[in-house]
Amino acid sequence: MSYLLIISILLGIIMLAMAGIAIYHKSQVVAIIAAGALGLFASVMYLLLSAPDVAMTEAAIGSGLSTIIFFYVLNRIRTTDEKEEQQLKK
Amino acid sequence: MKNIFIIIIIAAFGVMLYPLFEDFSGNDELSELASFYAQKENVEKVNSANLVTAVVVTYRGLDTLGEVTILFLAAAIIAFSLRKHSVERDLRRNSEIFKTASKVLIPIIMMVGVYIFMNGHLSPGGGFQGGAVLASAVILMLLAFPNIPFNSKLFAYTESISGLVFVGLAAIGALIGSGYLDNAILPLGTFGELLSAGAIPVIYSFVGLKVGAELSNILNEFQSVQSDN
Repeated sequence: MSYLLIISILLGIIMLAMAGIAIYHKSQVVAIIAAGALGLFASVMYLLLSAPDVAMTEAAIGSGLSTIIFFYVLNRIRTTDEKEEQQLKK
Repeated sequence: MKNIFIIIIIAAFGVMLYPLFEDFSGNDELSELASFYAQKENVEKVNSANLVTAVVVTYRGLDTLGEVTILFLAAAIIAFSLRKHSVERDLRRNSEIFKTASKVLIPIIMMVGVYIFMNGHLSPGGGFQGGAVLASAVILMLLAFPNIPFNSKLFAYTESISGLVFVGLAAIGALIGSGYLDNAILPLGTFGELLSAGAIPVIYSFVGLKVGAELSNILNEFQSVQSDN
């Protein structure tokens, strides 16, 4: 029981650190990856709290699909920004 | 000044929420509603080994229908607002390692997804989880082979037909069973077998297909508006 408790506390600390990185890091790419890692650790946490259904959803959507959608959107914003800058220079 | 204000608000929240923390004690018994679901006769009425699935698909089936509707709405809005580029794109080639590894992994991930929603009434998981795993296999495919011909029509038809079958099974439950989304329209079978628990495996399979097709379509639309290189 205490073994599980120690793992849960460690996981909680890592999750808080990931959330802090996701909010405060300057690079957006690192922030998105930290948000995905937060989802991954959260899914392990759900498993420890005996909610495997929620853990599956969190692992697939929280750390998989939403991270990739964030990257797609980030890439799209970057390319449109670059185009606008080039037009302004002209 | 602003920071002091924020600290005061946070402290006020702390004071408000402290009684919840102080009064908290672990619960040894199920709550009233949960013990109703876990009663022996109610478990036998649904005959599903995974009690969570029994609650999600039959007792709270209308909520599941609502969730599916919300997901459908989100997919429809994304398809509406993202214009597709018909230009042939010249994308950067992926590394050979990534391509080969994804060729090995995609079928396995798809099989795991199908397993999760087929066995939703026996083991943890269900339609939404299985559908999300299916969609993650599709996104791996789209990342590894960006120019693969993606038949979004097929996915759209799969989604529509699955949604119709889900609502139709629910309506049949209202007609010949004891209520909307009643699972006893099919024989209940032996407890713990794949074809048991009445309509739950059928409903969950169609929910899984629907969610998987919807999420794959959303991801394909996001992928198709990328204009890199």
